[in-house]
Amino acid sequence: MAEEQENLIPVFIMGKQYMVPAGLTIMKAMEYAGYKLVRGVGCRGGFCGACATAYRIQGDPKLYFGLACQTVVQPNMYLAQLPFFPARRATYDIARLEPTPTTLFSLYPELLRCLGCGTCTKACPQQIDVRAYMAAGMRGDIARMADLSFDCIMCGLCAARCPAEEGQYNIAILARRLYGRYLAPRSRHLEERLEEIRSGKFDAEIQALKNMSVEELKARYKARDIEPGD
Amino acid sequence: MSGYPPEMQESIRLVEATRPRRLKETFPTMTLEEREAILKAYHPDYKEETFRAIRVGVSKGQKMPLELADIVEGRPHIGPDFDLSDPIAETDVLVIGGGGAGASAALLAQENGAKVILVTKLRFGDANTMMAQGGIQAADRPNDSPAIHYLDVIGGGHFTNVPELVEALVMDAPFVIKWLEDLGVMFDKEPDGTMVEVHGGGTSRRRMHSARDYTGAEIMRVLRDEVRNREPDITVVEFSPAIELVLDDKGQIAGAVVMNLETGAKGYVKAKAVVLATGGGGRLHYQGFPTTNHYGATADGVVLAYRVGAPLGYLESMQYHPTGAAFPEQILGLLVTEKVRGLGAQVVNKYGEQFVYPLEPRDVESAAIIRECARGNGVVTPTGQVGVWLDSPMIDILHGPGTIQRALPAMVRQFARFGIDITKEPILVYPTLHYQNGGVRLRADGSTIIPGLYIAGEVSAGVHGHNRLMGNSLLEILVFGRRSGRSAALWAQQVRPGKPTLAHLERWNRELEETGVDTGVVSPILLPDYTRKQGYK
Repeated sequence: MAEEQENLIPVFIMGKQYMVPAGLTIMKAMEYAGYKLVRGVGCRGGFCGACATAYRIQGDPKLYFGLACQTVVQPNMYLAQLPFFPARRATYDIARLEPTPTTLFSLYPELLRCLGCGTCTKACPQQIDVRAYMAAGMRGDIARMADLSFDCIMCGLCAARCPAEEGQYNIAILARRLYGRYLAPRSRHLEERLEEIRSGKFDAEIQALKNMSVEELKARYKARDIEPGD
Repeated sequence: MSGYPPEMQESIRLVEATRPRRLKETFPTMTLEEREAILKAYHPDYKEETFRAIRVGVSKGQKMPLELADIVEGRPHIGPDFDLSDPIAETDVLVIGGGGAGASAALLAQENGAKVILVTKLRFGDANTMMAQGGIQAADRPNDSPAIHYLDVIGGGHFTNVPELVEALVMDAPFVIKWLEDLGVMFDKEPDGTMVEVHGGGTSRRRMHSARDYTGAEIMRVLRDEVRNREPDITVVEFSPAIELVLDDKGQIAGAVVMNLETGAKGYVKAKAVVLATGGGGRLHYQGFPTTNHYGATADGVVLAYRVGAPLGYLESMQYHPTGAAFPEQILGLLVTEKVRGLGAQVVNKYGEQFVYPLEPRDVESAAIIRECARGNGVVTPTGQVGVWLDSPMIDILHGPGTIQRALPAMVRQFARFGIDITKEPILVYPTLHYQNGGVRLRADGSTIIPGLYIAGEVSAGVHGHNRLMGNSLLEILVFGRRSGRSAALWAQQVRPGKPTLAHLERWNRELEETGVDTGVVSPILLPDYTRKQGYK
């Protein structure tokens, strides 16, 4: 990393000003400023939701949200990490649920309190239409809620902003699990394969492979036929 | 407006010009002999000067990357006199690590009657599992079989894999898929329930199951949710990494000393069995490579297990994922999933020409990209990073418009944040440090030679030999997470614990002293340090 760069810009980390190189992500800018992160950092690749960040830009009345590992710093950003935000989650046994609207409403009665204001959607760093999946949930449409919420990384920004005090992402994962277990079509070929393995169909072949010399294995490996891509 | 600077756009025009012709071309695959030759000449594992033999412990003489050797030979955080008389918690099974391996171990241990504590360094789920995009292998289609899967795995691993571990991997695989389905994982399926399955590098059948390109995230968030449903049988403690394992006076495992990362407080968690599921070490940045790994991937488990006498293996080979992001700089080294190639994208040089079959095993594909760049046929970015093109727009041409958006939403989003539309423009890639092929020696039931110590996932060694195929790590963490969790619970039911002791640290410190080894490191190191010491002027 270039040490003495000319192109430094001011950012404010929890109100304190630091000069950091333009082009860094918020996370790398904080490290450049000297923070050794423990909270507010996880996968660093936009998948884990640990680094939810709220920010404002000087002179701009808007409030912005993003993932620190995915958002590039701008001059005069005021940054605050939101590494944790409490939200209620229900406890349940997925094997004993029914994939019905009643299940959603009884485990999460607050779902029906959603105001439909869309503040959650504005806050989502994944650009998920949270309001739309909550609306699907209120209609009891589990499949739609599961589909629309699929890219959720459970960072909690929606819950932090919600005036109706919802924990949207916890309701959404219930919908997805109900969909995955009960509503998605079952895979016949998978069931058949399990039966074949249980019946010992492949045991002899696997034993033979385990006992093969490397030379024999190489010959078998070279002779494999490769299934076409499509 | 494109996020690529004009000089890179010139090369993109060449890629576009050759695309119609390339759509009909298949680059030939390499023979085993050609693979061996290119690996020796270009793979980072063959840079002798970046490895050394470790000088202490049961695997003395074994070669590993310099950065890893330094921490394996490190000094412990605590002394042998650390007070074990007043444990902060007691349990049947202590699971160390909150990724997919740890979560599945916790679930199976609980199902087999154990009380479980799961400690993890960062948040529960902040792990490489969460970042795995492309998929999970399982031979469940009629034209496939566990035996064919076996052959792909062992050939990809250069025939050095442990046969019993490969057997466990391929035979459990369809059951793991079923288990995940029952937990509610949303796999990609046809309307009739047929799994959507594609190729990965080195597979001879299409057996890569996916959940869009959030496969690992989907699996992790479901497992995490399920673990939380099983409180209080399972207690999850975040920001509390293990810093030392504890044995008893009979040499059996007796728990671990953990540290609260926020307060610094250290305490002994007493346990009858331990499952070590701490993942790999990409954040050690071997040979200066960027990495796809999460922030906590610092090889802690290798250090912990080695100090209590568990032998290591296969650490002379690391996996470099062929397609790390090479542009823009902000996401350098981050994973561009192999699924992009699985869906048909070719790898091409700055002239838009293919130079390698896109789905060679990962080590071979990486070596070929490194060679192409060494020959001057790579694209150089404004920051001096070199890379080759991954021709993603081919996917929509091959499979119809909208395929990329539907199958690779995470990738589309990742690049769109920087003004790059991967449905229309190719992706610049270069190999990135991805996976620790080796680690602690594993047995098929999840055990190690230390009684009561079980392991699962990237911390372990032997499943993949010297090279892992795509889609076998999500599989591995679940196969061996489940096996180790179950074995640990059964062990905990019958073990007769002795008196906890840190006598192994006396022996360790003495050995360091006698051999004069002092790397100046206290390990496990827990987190990398990316801070710049004088941040503002």
